[in-house]
Amino acid sequence: MAVSTSPADLSAALVLQPVAALDWLVILPVAWCIGIGAVLMMVRHKGFLQPLIAVAALAVLVGLDAVLLWHVAQSGPVTMVMGRWLPPFGIAFTVDLTGALFALTAAVVALVGAIAAIDDINASGRRYGFYPFLMLLMAGVSGAFLTGDIFNLYVWFEVLLISSFGLLVLGSEREQIDGAVKYGFLNLVATTLFLIATGYLYGIFGTLNMADIARKAPDLRDTAPLVTLTGFYILAFAMKAAAFPVNFWLPASYHTPRIVVSALFAGLLTKVGIYALIRVSVMLFPFEREQLSLVIAVVAVLTMLTGALGSLAQTDTRRLLGYLVISGIGAMLAGIAIGGADAIGGAIFYALHSMLVMTALYLAAGLAARLGGGFSLINLGGLYRDHPLFTALSLMLFFAVSGLPPFSGFWPKVMLVKSALDSGAGWLAGALLLAGFLTMIATGRVFLLAYWRPAQEGSATGQAVLPPMALLPLLVLTTLSVLIGLFPETLLALIKSAALTLDEPSAYLNSVFPAGSAP
Amino acid sequence: MKSLILRTAAPPIVGVMLLFSVFVLLRGHNEPGGGFIGGLIAVAALSIYGIAFGVETVRRAIVFHPLAISGAGLLLATLSGLVSMVFHVPFMSGLWAYPVILGQEVPLSSVMTFDIGVYLVVVGAVTSIALSLEERGED
Repeated sequence: MAVSTSPADLSAALVLQPVAALDWLVILPVAWCIGIGAVLMMVRHKGFLQPLIAVAALAVLVGLDAVLLWHVAQSGPVTMVMGRWLPPFGIAFTVDLTGALFALTAAVVALVGAIAAIDDINASGRRYGFYPFLMLLMAGVSGAFLTGDIFNLYVWFEVLLISSFGLLVLGSEREQIDGAVKYGFLNLVATTLFLIATGYLYGIFGTLNMADIARKAPDLRDTAPLVTLTGFYILAFAMKAAAFPVNFWLPASYHTPRIVVSALFAGLLTKVGIYALIRVSVMLFPFEREQLSLVIAVVAVLTMLTGALGSLAQTDTRRLLGYLVISGIGAMLAGIAIGGADAIGGAIFYALHSMLVMTALYLAAGLAARLGGGFSLINLGGLYRDHPLFTALSLMLFFAVSGLPPFSGFWPKVMLVKSALDSGAGWLAGALLLAGFLTMIATGRVFLLAYWRPAQEGSATGQAVLPPMALLPLLVLTTLSVLIGLFPETLLALIKSAALTLDEPSAYLNSVFPAGSAP
Repeated sequence: MKSLILRTAAPPIVGVMLLFSVFVLLRGHNEPGGGFIGGLIAVAALSIYGIAFGVETVRRAIVFHPLAISGAGLLLATLSGLVSMVFHVPFMSGLWAYPVILGQEVPLSSVMTFDIGVYLVVVGAVTSIALSLEERGED
């Protein structure tokens, strides 16, 4: 078997130079997840094999993403064009530091989720296909982070949406169907908006390749309604990311599925929306983002504050955490609103921190429910006396999500507040700090009621002891959060250069269109 | 369904349809057709079989669980893309081979195996839906 040789000159249509082995890392995370997902579908009835294969495969995925991050950090953005067609005609996968960082964090979250699911997902959940859905979800998430083509981004959104429907209704309880309908309907509206915007964009630019769009945007700015287009995208992605006022699907659905599924959703889904928003508004349409920055800033403040206030009003720990996810999204939006490499870096850092910590918090809520007999703050109590290690881990996570040092939430908050003050938006900085304060009160309330307060008389009690394995996922994520908080230098340097590449995407463009090859 | 006419007519119809679905699948490279539409024709055939003889008969006839067939197709499609790695060309590049079988040159390609993968995914997924809907109808 050989590549077809033809008398015609193919250099105008095809990539002719051989692909370096390391460049394959661009597509391997996606292909790996789909392949393993397919294998898991074939052995769906072997309940004991499912977690073994999935955990091993996700560990490999973490490795692949780590090497990809190293490769991108060493040699700049990497591109591979599907089917050898030259860009912008072939579908390009282009990975810069931002994409690689998000992909690696997502893989870590998925690995931890898969380990936690060994305990949490029962035999019927496995037969129903938890692990295949998880792998396909990761294919969608990785694809969204790694692709360099805006229509392809839409396709990966669909892939992860369909897998998330499957995960959401695992168990087919009445409440879950109700949550899934709200989640599904509003997310479909958002993806449709995304598709409409993309059609509009194709009509203006005649290309879907992100590097090509970024290259052509300056020339079209005078004649084409790019601000409207950017507004469309911001609305669509804000819906995905659960920004106020289009976030009602999140509190309506995140408390219904199995706790591991909630944890994975909180870690992965909204952050894909934030990633897409950063990619489109910062890299493709920076000028238009500037025009809309006040709108984004107001949305950011409202998202932060309604999220934090909402979490204060809840008694169900899962619902409470759902509002905290929303509050975090507001902080990331604030970074996007301010703009500039520092603020974008803050938003990226906050997103990575939030992926780890929100997943951990949901897992902690799950464990607290197992120990204390439910998710309601009214009945929980006495965890501090009986389970000191678990309590310590939870407390660290509460501090981390409120943005206190020395945990991972501190640095992004510092970056965001500093750049807000630098840009003269003192009110935005004030809102960021106020949201952090309210989050502290909300999590402090959980700690007070569920952990410090003595166990309630006559309320349902759960297991007396946890198997040591059950604490492992929580321990891993908390350790990561502490390590990032204590030694942020390496990550900060990576994030800084990631934000610089987004702000000044010439390296990204160069990777897709090497100098001189431009049509 | 207890219809003598349908039960008598179903086997030949199903056979011809399955054969035709493979024909449409292979024809798809240069002319209208391909894995998706071929797969749908195959599902239509299996559905007719199910209406005539019951869902259990179909499940026995296709041996594997429909979703396992889907998984196999997905795996085949992914692997067709990964073959490119061996030849140092980007993912999903079309690779061709021209073996001569019985004095006839037969062009084989990774495009075709990908399309067969799509065919299997469609057959598996849609059959799974159709069979469970028919099962509900039988209760």
